[in-house]
Amino acid sequence: MASPQFLSSPAQTGSRPRLVVIGNGMAPGRALERLFEAAPDAYEVTIFNAEPRVNYDRIMLSPLLSGEKSFDEIVIHGDGWYVKHGVTLYKGAKIAAIDRAARTVTSDGGIVAGYDKLIIATGSVPIVIPVPGHDLPGVLTYRDLDDVQGMILAAQSRGRAVVIGGGLLGLEAAAGLNSRGMDVSVVHLMPTLMERQLDPAAGGLLKGALEARGIRVFTGANTKAIVGEARVSGVELAGGRVLPADLVVMAVGIRPNAALAQAAGLTVQRGIVVDDSMRTSDPGIFALGECAECAGQVYGLVAPLYEMANVVAAHLIGPTPARFQPSAVATKLKVTGINLFSAGDFSVGPGRQDAVLTDPASGVYRRVVLEDNRVAGCVFYGDTANSSWFFDLIRSRADISAIRETLIFGPSYGALDDAPAAVAASALRAA
Amino acid sequence: MGAAVRTTCPYCGVGCGVIATPLPDGTTGIKGDAAHPANKGRLCSKGSALGETLALDDRLLHPMVMGERASWNGALDLVAQRFSQAIAQYGPDAVAIYGSGQLLTEDYYVANKLMKGFIGSANMDTNSRLCMASSVAGHKRAFGADTVPGTYEDLEHADLVVLVGSNLAWCHPVLFQRLETAKAQRGTRVVVIDPRRTATCEIADQHLALAPGSDVALFNGLLVHLAQAGRLDRTYIEAHTEGLEAAFIAADAASLGEVAKVTGLDGAEVAAFYERFAATERTVTVYSQGVNQSSAGTDKVNAIINCHLATGRIGKPGMGPFSVTGQPNAMGGREVGGLANMLAAHMDLTDPEHRRIVGSFWGARRIAQSPGYKATDLFRAVGEGRIKALWIMATNPADSLPEADSVVRALKTCPFVVVSDAIAQTDTSVHAHVLLPAAAWGEKDGTVTNSERRISRQRAFLPAPGEAKPDWWIVSEVAKRMGFGAAFDYAGAGVIFAEHARLSGHENAGSRDFDISAHGGIDQAGYDGLEPFQWPQRAGEAAHDTRFFADGGYFTATKRAQFVATPYRPPASATSEAYPLVLNTGRIRDQWHTMTRTAKSARLMSHINEPFAELSPLDAAAKGIKTGDLVEVSSPTGRVVVRADVSERQRRGSVFVPMHWTDQLASGARINTAVESVIDPVSGQPELKHSPATIDKFAALWHGLLVTADKPRGLAADYWALTPVKAGWRTELAWREAPEDWGTFASSLLGAHGVGAQLVAYRDEGGCQHRFAAFEGERLTGALFISSSFAGIVRGWAADQLAASFANGSDRLRVLAGRPSAGGIDPGPTVCACFDVGLNQIVAAITTGGCLTVEAVGAALKAGTNCGSCRSEVKRLIDQSAVAKAG
Repeated sequence: MASPQFLSSPAQTGSRPRLVVIGNGMAPGRALERLFEAAPDAYEVTIFNAEPRVNYDRIMLSPLLSGEKSFDEIVIHGDGWYVKHGVTLYKGAKIAAIDRAARTVTSDGGIVAGYDKLIIATGSVPIVIPVPGHDLPGVLTYRDLDDVQGMILAAQSRGRAVVIGGGLLGLEAAAGLNSRGMDVSVVHLMPTLMERQLDPAAGGLLKGALEARGIRVFTGANTKAIVGEARVSGVELAGGRVLPADLVVMAVGIRPNAALAQAAGLTVQRGIVVDDSMRTSDPGIFALGECAECAGQVYGLVAPLYEMANVVAAHLIGPTPARFQPSAVATKLKVTGINLFSAGDFSVGPGRQDAVLTDPASGVYRRVVLEDNRVAGCVFYGDTANSSWFFDLIRSRADISAIRETLIFGPSYGALDDAPAAVAASALRAA
Repeated sequence: MGAAVRTTCPYCGVGCGVIATPLPDGTTGIKGDAAHPANKGRLCSKGSALGETLALDDRLLHPMVMGERASWNGALDLVAQRFSQAIAQYGPDAVAIYGSGQLLTEDYYVANKLMKGFIGSANMDTNSRLCMASSVAGHKRAFGADTVPGTYEDLEHADLVVLVGSNLAWCHPVLFQRLETAKAQRGTRVVVIDPRRTATCEIADQHLALAPGSDVALFNGLLVHLAQAGRLDRTYIEAHTEGLEAAFIAADAASLGEVAKVTGLDGAEVAAFYERFAATERTVTVYSQGVNQSSAGTDKVNAIINCHLATGRIGKPGMGPFSVTGQPNAMGGREVGGLANMLAAHMDLTDPEHRRIVGSFWGARRIAQSPGYKATDLFRAVGEGRIKALWIMATNPADSLPEADSVVRALKTCPFVVVSDAIAQTDTSVHAHVLLPAAAWGEKDGTVTNSERRISRQRAFLPAPGEAKPDWWIVSEVAKRMGFGAAFDYAGAGVIFAEHARLSGHENAGSRDFDISAHGGIDQAGYDGLEPFQWPQRAGEAAHDTRFFADGGYFTATKRAQFVATPYRPPASATSEAYPLVLNTGRIRDQWHTMTRTAKSARLMSHINEPFAELSPLDAAAKGIKTGDLVEVSSPTGRVVVRADVSERQRRGSVFVPMHWTDQLASGARINTAVESVIDPVSGQPELKHSPATIDKFAALWHGLLVTADKPRGLAADYWALTPVKAGWRTELAWREAPEDWGTFASSLLGAHGVGAQLVAYRDEGGCQHRFAAFEGERLTGALFISSSFAGIVRGWAADQLAASFANGSDRLRVLAGRPSAGGIDPGPTVCACFDVGLNQIVAAITTGGCLTVEAVGAALKAGTNCGSCRSEVKRLIDQSAVAKAG
């Protein structure tokens, strides 16, 4: 790991309260943006980033893997941004401990920083299923730039890859490796792909589309072991079948990275427990992002994390009614040629109604789930037009009864006129 | 490109000249004939679209016997044999011909000659019985002959034109335009007398929305008023009329108060009309089906004529009663005697001298001695088994006669039914034992007579398709096979016309009104070049415009016009608790009769594409009916299911349903099934405009719109109505109960077959929407929109998608939105059929384009600048928008 770099050292005024941020992902990045917009000089800000780099768009790692984007293209805050806002950024500096009594943090490189306010944004860690062979060389997770670089390297051999996990990340990894010329299989425990984001119909269409590009998909498949001697050579499924592999990517989920907070004595359950103003059990310490647990929920998609960022920024500035209200989340699979979008809650149940538009010949499936004349969720496959409009409808809980008839076709239809064509025609009759 | 051919329009009784030009691409260019005196170059929407009605796809092209193709010889032999057999076994009155005002004079003449001169029965009636029999009877009672005294120019010379029971704007559009132009130029006053506020009212200075059937009371009151106001022309009455006293006695009950009570009009309105009429010397009273189609039709005609006789306003420029006929050759049919109570050439069947004249002229084997069955009686006789062989020519009685279902039953029981028609399948022809393919308009030669006694040539400009033959040929061939060869050995229509002309002058010497003996020696070249002329044109006379009766010269025994006593009688059937509404039937602007021709034009069908019932807001509210709902209009004899059109134009207590729709285009819209068969005792004309009926909401739970490239077959729905559109068909559907599965239903209806032809589908069960679209390649072959409501789908847009290209997948989905997105334009229902201009476009031009006159709208959109039939509608839209602004 690279040694800590001292990037910028703005003039110390000594009079401003100190804000220390642990983690430099998308959520704290957004919180700082909001803070600087509203109160540019309120804090003296110091960031500790365990990764040796600036804030980049983690969502865009898949295009990076597939080769459609370069790292420069996915950087959110370049070095200049930190200079401009007078932020002290320690790259490759992982915080080892928080001393709440002394109000300091200490990095594993020995940097000590005092804080008046602290934000913990340590994110998540990928889950590694503890099957035999999980620690063999050639078994990767899919979390950060380093993982992507590892995969790109492995793909140069054009060998065989097995991706364990048919969720969003796993499928993006599979598609990326496939596009880099690897022979890819996906092993998924559940009966359909992306079951948390897609209903079985859309999952089926997705499976067909992946298979059409040469990716083998094994659903309902339990990984029993990862086999290999010096390095990985295959994945053994519960039935005994062995899929040969030169590379295994585990993408079966993430868990909040709360170890540091726990060590500091903050309340931690699945994640770092925060209230709806994103304060931890220590009121001087905020937590946000994938590491935070609010009202029993943890979050992994960017939209709610940005909501958290807004709340944290507001509270840093002063007393505010801003509260984190978890809202619907949207998913878009970033695989070129596969258009897929899902958002909100699309489970079936009493009071739930479906509007479904299908074009099997074109591989199109659009489903909007309605509840009480509001859009509860939607799943679009093949044609994701107007998905942001639907996402807005889900979050705004707007009444759509006036536009229900053309809702699924998008916003450009408007509400129905009271006067249908036939009535207009009748105005002529016997005129 | 073929040569331009001057011919005559086959639609209404205006009889417009048409120039038809066959084009290299197989289509025919159509324009008005500027040299024709009836229209001077104008054509209405229907006439302008004639070129779109010439496709052969639904034509009868070969003789058929019992559903099998047959040879002409075989079919003609069979017809002759069965007719001869029936006559031999049961006598001449056991056979009948039911003809049509669509037949050309020559066809008509030959059929009438066969029946009345050789078979020896007068069982030759026609659909003209439904059209103007009351005018014929009224004319004969008053004038002693069936004479229309005036000419179209009288409408242009008049200072007051009273339109009684005439929606001239829609039913005789070119004549309406002539009136409109005259009004603009000289300020002609126009009074419309009609229970409905029709399109014609757009140019009216006064509209008297009288109670249905109360016309006689109104004109009786007028006669009394004319006397009281000192407006009687004593000199004319003295010199040329008789019977005024009796007419007065009959009319005397008609005090203004009484008239107001019977007509339901305000006394002041009535008085204003009376004063206007009394004060205006140059007055023409135009009347049409609202007068004729009544159980008091003949009395209505005479009540009108009485007022003109009493004021001497007849046969002079700008004056006179004026019957305008509905059919292109109703007048020609009258001239040849093609009705069961006429003989030939305006001679009477009951007059022995006339029988002698005609019999000797024809060399008749057996001349009919007494009147035959009139239309409704004829089919009653068929139903009762008294007619053993029936020949129906160029008409569709299964739809057009009252109590139409009993006509169908009669046809089913008749031992031998022959139908000669241009169309392969009509509601009548499906019951025929023998079908004979007739040449259609554009393929046959002959003459027609319009409402102002003007005889014009219809000329062929296309070859007859398949084995189709002119009607005169078909009848003559049967006559020959029945043994009457010598009298029916015609080489062509021109020879028949010459014979007809000679008969009109035979032993006439001015004793009969109809005389065209100037053409008795016409040869083929003369016939080919025959210019439109008005009758009479006696031997040796040159063609000239003619009027009758300015100086008397009536054809009664006393040579005097007869005032006819016309005591007011209410319509035959009164409404009741069970049937509280008066059912009125009639035409719409862009359709003709039973639509066999006009429904082939997508443009014409887009004006009004579904059968409908127009009812008043109060009657609608009482039954919870809104515009767009399906409703059931029923009477003791039948029922229809049609779309409701709730309108202020309709009187409370009345409902109007168009006469046009048949089983070929809708599931159940034959309105004449619900019309009671009641006739005028004098004319035998049915009361088609006054049947007690009731209206109820048709409980449709599901509504559908289907657009298909091919004509849909076997529609499993409780309601359907077909409309041809530019690129296929549009069908409205409704169900009282849903089929088990809409997906299965749609697959079978849309014929989704093969890979890649899978249906695009949209369903929202909670929102009651099911939509399906089928594609082949980049073409939409069909789309079905099912909903719990009729609204929502923009029909025209959906139909237009059949012509669109779907290279882009997302466009395939958007079809199921059922309407254009905000970027698209929906022109709305067609108003201007000539230039395809829609309602929404016109409203936009008015409201946002600042077009505040019909001319401005025309300049902006071209709407109304060709045939002009839509000008009254454009004007109404302008007026409405002004009202909306003021409001």
